[in-house]
Formats: sequence, C-alpha cells, structure tokens
Amino acid sequence: MEKTINRRDFIKTTTATTAGVATLATGITLTTFVNANENPVTNEKRWGMLIDTNRLTETDIDGMVGACQKEHGWGSDKLSTGDQKASWIKKLKVKDTATGRISNLALMCQHCEEPPCVDVCPTNASMKREDGIVLVDKHLCIGCRYCMMACPYEARSFVHEELTDQKEHMPRGKGTVESCTMCVHKVDKGEQPACVASVNSDAVIFGDLYDSSSKINQTLKKVQSTQIRADLNLNTAVRYSGI
Amino acid sequence: MSIIRYEQTQGKSLGFYALVAGLGAFILAALGSVYFMEHNGHHVTGMSNRIVWGMPHVFALFLIVAASGALNIASIASVFNKKVYKPLSRLSGLVALALLAGGLMVLVLDLGRPDRLIVAMTEYNFNSIFAWNIILYNGFFVIVGVYLWMMFERRMNKYSRSVGIAAFTWRLILTTGTGSIFGFLVARQAYDAVIMAPMFVIMSFAFGLAFFILVLMASYKWTARPLGDATVNRLSNLLGVFVAAVLYFVAVYHLGNLYLAENSGVENFILLDGGIYTKLFWYGQIILGSLVPLALLYSPATKGNRTMLGLASVLIILGGLIQLYVIIIGGQAYPMELFPGKEILEGYGTIASYTPTLPELMLGLGGVAVAIIAITYLVKFLPFLPESLADDVVDPHHKK
Repeated sequence: MEKTINRRDFIKTTTATTAGVATLATGITLTTFVNANENPVTNEKRWGMLIDTNRLTETDIDGMVGACQKEHGWGSDKLSTGDQKASWIKKLKVKDTATGRISNLALMCQHCEEPPCVDVCPTNASMKREDGIVLVDKHLCIGCRYCMMACPYEARSFVHEELTDQKEHMPRGKGTVESCTMCVHKVDKGEQPACVASVNSDAVIFGDLYDSSSKINQTLKKVQSTQIRADLNLNTAVRYSGI
Repeated sequence: MSIIRYEQTQGKSLGFYALVAGLGAFILAALGSVYFMEHNGHHVTGMSNRIVWGMPHVFALFLIVAASGALNIASIASVFNKKVYKPLSRLSGLVALALLAGGLMVLVLDLGRPDRLIVAMTEYNFNSIFAWNIILYNGFFVIVGVYLWMMFERRMNKYSRSVGIAAFTWRLILTTGTGSIFGFLVARQAYDAVIMAPMFVIMSFAFGLAFFILVLMASYKWTARPLGDATVNRLSNLLGVFVAAVLYFVAVYHLGNLYLAENSGVENFILLDGGIYTKLFWYGQIILGSLVPLALLYSPATKGNRTMLGLASVLIILGGLIQLYVIIIGGQAYPMELFPGKEILEGYGTIASYTPTLPELMLGLGGVAVAIIAITYLVKFLPFLPESLADDVVDPHHKK
C-alpha cells in the first residue's frame, strides 16, 4: 500500500527531525573540544604563553602568523579589504622612545583572567573556559561587535564576507566575531598551539601557568616578564619578556 | 487652563500621502541596504575590525538618546507639575516611542546576525551593559505605553503622575545605560570616563526636544491648527538651556581628559590634528550644532521667529549626529595605547580610516523615517494632538 502523508504527520515528522538534528548539532559543537580528551576542563590548570622578544626573530613571528592561518583557515579573504581582513595574530614592531631599542613581538588574544570581552557580551557568546582559554561561541554570537570595542588589544576579527572551505575543527561564520582560540582543539589533545609549535627555539613557551613543574611556570619564576596593559589588571595568560 | 480637546488628524490630504510616500521610499531604501549588507557581509560597508561601529550606530544611538529626551515634555508636565506642558504630554510619549523604535531598528539590522535576535532576547549576560540596555529599551516601551494609556483614559488620569515619575526615572536610567556603553570601555582612551553617562542624559534633553519641536510645529502647520507663542517660546527657551548644558558637559569632558597625560594623545587628535574629526568637532558640533542655534534662539533679531526656531532645531539635530560621529568613529579611529612610552612602528598604532558607504547612511536615515512615519500614522488614528494650542487655550491668564 502506498503511504500517503497528511499535513499533521508531516508537521510531526519534520518537527521531530528538526529537533533531533538541532540537538545533535549543538551537542557535537559544544562538546567536541572537551570530549576529545577524557579529562574535563577544570580551573586547576591555566594555559598560558611566554614570548621572549629578545629571542623571537621577525622570521619566527611570520612563521607564527602563517601557522595560525594554516591551522584555522583564515587569511585568504577574497573581498574584505584593509582592516576588514581577519587577523588573529599580528606582528608588531615597537620602539622605545627614550632609547630607540626595537622589539618585535606577536600580539594575539591575551586570554585575560578578567576578559573585558566576556563582561560586555550581551549573549554570553564570549566566554572563558575553566582553564582560562577565552573563546567565542559561534552559535550565540549575534555580531554586535561590542567585544571588539572592549578588547584592549584589538585582538578580535569580525567575519566580513561569506566563507568557504573551512576547517572542520574551526567553524567560522559571516557576521560573527572570532579570535585566537589558543588552539583549544589541539591543547585538549595534549598538543601545543600551532604558533608555538612553529617556533624552533624556546622563544615561545606554552604550558600550564599553575603547574610548578611546567617549563613556563619555572621560566616565569626566573625571568622578568610583563603583561601588555598591565595597568588594566586583567591578568593575561600571554606574557612577554624583553620589552 | 480651559479643557483641552484632543483630536486625530485627518490624514487624507495630498500632503499627507506625499509625506508617507517620501518616508516609505526611505524605509524601502533602508531595507534594500540591509539586504545588500547582510547578503554580502559587512565588507561592502566602510566598517572594519578597527572601526567596528560605523554610521548605523551614529544614527541608532542618536535616535535612542533623542527618544528618552523627547519624553521630557511629558515629564515636565506630570513630574514637575507644569500645566502648560500638559497638552503636549501625549505627543511627547508618542515621539519618544517612535524614536526608540527607529533607533532599535537600525541597531538590530546592523548586527552581523540580525536573524539571531531571539538569542539576544533569551540569553542574557547580566554583567553586560548592553544586555542591561536591551532590558531598559523593552521596559521603556512598556512604561511609556502604560503612561500613554493613563493619559488617554480619563478614569486612569489620576495615576498619570505616578506612572510619569516611573517613566522619568526609567528614562534617566536608560540614557545613563546608553552613555555607559562607552563610559565603561576602560581600554579606550576616548571613552573611559564616567562623565559619558550624564553627558548622554543632557544630550538626550537637547536632541529629543529639538526633534519634538520640529514634529510639533510641522504637525500644527500642516493640519492648520492654532499653535500659540506661549507654548512655542517656552520650548524654545528650554531648548537653549539644554544646548548650553551640553556645551558645558563637552567642555568638562575634554578638560578632564586633557588633565590626564595618558589621554592627551586622543585629545590632541579630536581637538587639534585629527583631520576630519577635528573639523567635525569644531565646525559641526560646536559652531553649527551649538553656537549658531544658541544665537538663533536668544538673539533679539531671531528670537520668537518660528522659522529660526525650526532652523535651530535642525542644526541641533545635525550637530547631535556629528557629535555622535566624533565620539563613536573618532574615538575608535585613534589607536589604543598599548605600550606607554613606546612607539609602534609596524602592525598597529596608525589612525584607522573610515569612509561611510551609501547603504550605511540609508539604513540610518531609514531609522529616522520609521520614527516619523510612526508618528504620522498614529496621530491620524489616535487623538494625540490637542485641536488647539492657542495661547488662551493653553494659558487662560494669557494677556493678549
């Protein structure tokens, strides 16, 4: 017998299917990163980075930018121009006005302990994980850009155009805001962020700031380091030495 | 005061339909612009990762700020018991709601994902001043709606004072909230100032009243209803006081900023060498938007002249838009101080450039058109306007 479908059945099935897909889709996106590693994310760790500007060469920084672009698939904007182009990590050249000393450094999201972007986000799309990594939930972002107004480092980018060929682990969307994720998808698997891995020396150290046996913790105990805009008391996870 | 009779406007004349058609064209152009911007993405606008808020925000914030200011007339009548303003209260509430609707439309349609408005309604971060503003805007609609009901319904008239006080308090909080959107941005040298909140309140007084006066004079002229000097001259004087108050706040804001060495860069930029922003500040905001209107309102040659009052109101509105342009765009264009004592040679630190595009401007103007069309239709369907505001109707002690 041929099955005919009436309107009520149609609505019932489509509603159930839509609900199912929605649940599944949200489930996947929100848990992928965490479940990749069986260990839950806790505040016992705080991921951080130490950038030694004395050792970091300009080539290193270019390599970091390139690695980030390759890992997350940004940097090939076709239509955006100038400052509209995505920029998750920048190369900065800074000169001391008194001595003339020049330092080169990489600037990205500083993963603040008290992130202004998270404070101002009206929909909780900007969020900080328990381990200190600051992220944007692309499902909640309405594209208001208030986080970009609030970020002291101009570390965030707004997607100004339609995107294709995206990386599976990094869904990006036109009309939403994005920034450095500290390669959370790799960190959860026990790997290093792409930019850190791209540098062949110890100029950039990544690790758990709280773990007293970690290299970053031990180095920070020994060397003089600084936070950019330390006056704002944001307690950033990215630290710099040599500037 | 004799009994005030309110009456709908006829809204059948050729002029009425011409006005509606003109406004409709602006609204269609705005919707077309939104489709264009949302379909292509914001790369078709002048906005970027450095100038993240552009022309649409200038209009949206202007309209939102003016909205709360337009309610002042009703507040003066019910909260401060000035009887002369009472006949204007209904229109005051209407203009307030219409301006807010126009402003919010622009704000929402410029979002990267306006289709996710429901997210903004259901997901609240109570630490966000923006989320608070969403609550304040929605609450404003409810409170002013109830306020209008109390004014329209004779049985409810006795409650209009208490609801009026609530509405007045709410609008003060609302504009404080709007100013704080900028005032709380600690990282940006141009914004991090608590004075932004009261400054926005005073700006709302001036912009809202200027808009209200234009609506009042136009609707009485076009419907050939009497509008006496007792009403108009009072509003004109009040407008002058508000414009002077805005100037005072602007002066305090800049002097306060100049005192802090860390802000001297951005102050120099706005006041002295910021190119277009410096020009807009001095010629647009200060001269055209404040000093010229003050002269028109108070100089013996032009005082009491309706055309000059209309011109002053238009200039105050233009000056207000320019002021918000300087605050919003100028404040973003100047780079943040990342390394005090150091100069950034490469990668950051230049003045960000911004050229507004036509769709952005049309979206903003569309918001203004929405506000005016809402007023045009509502005065046709509900009795918002007294049939006469002649001097002897408004003030029985008026001497001819």
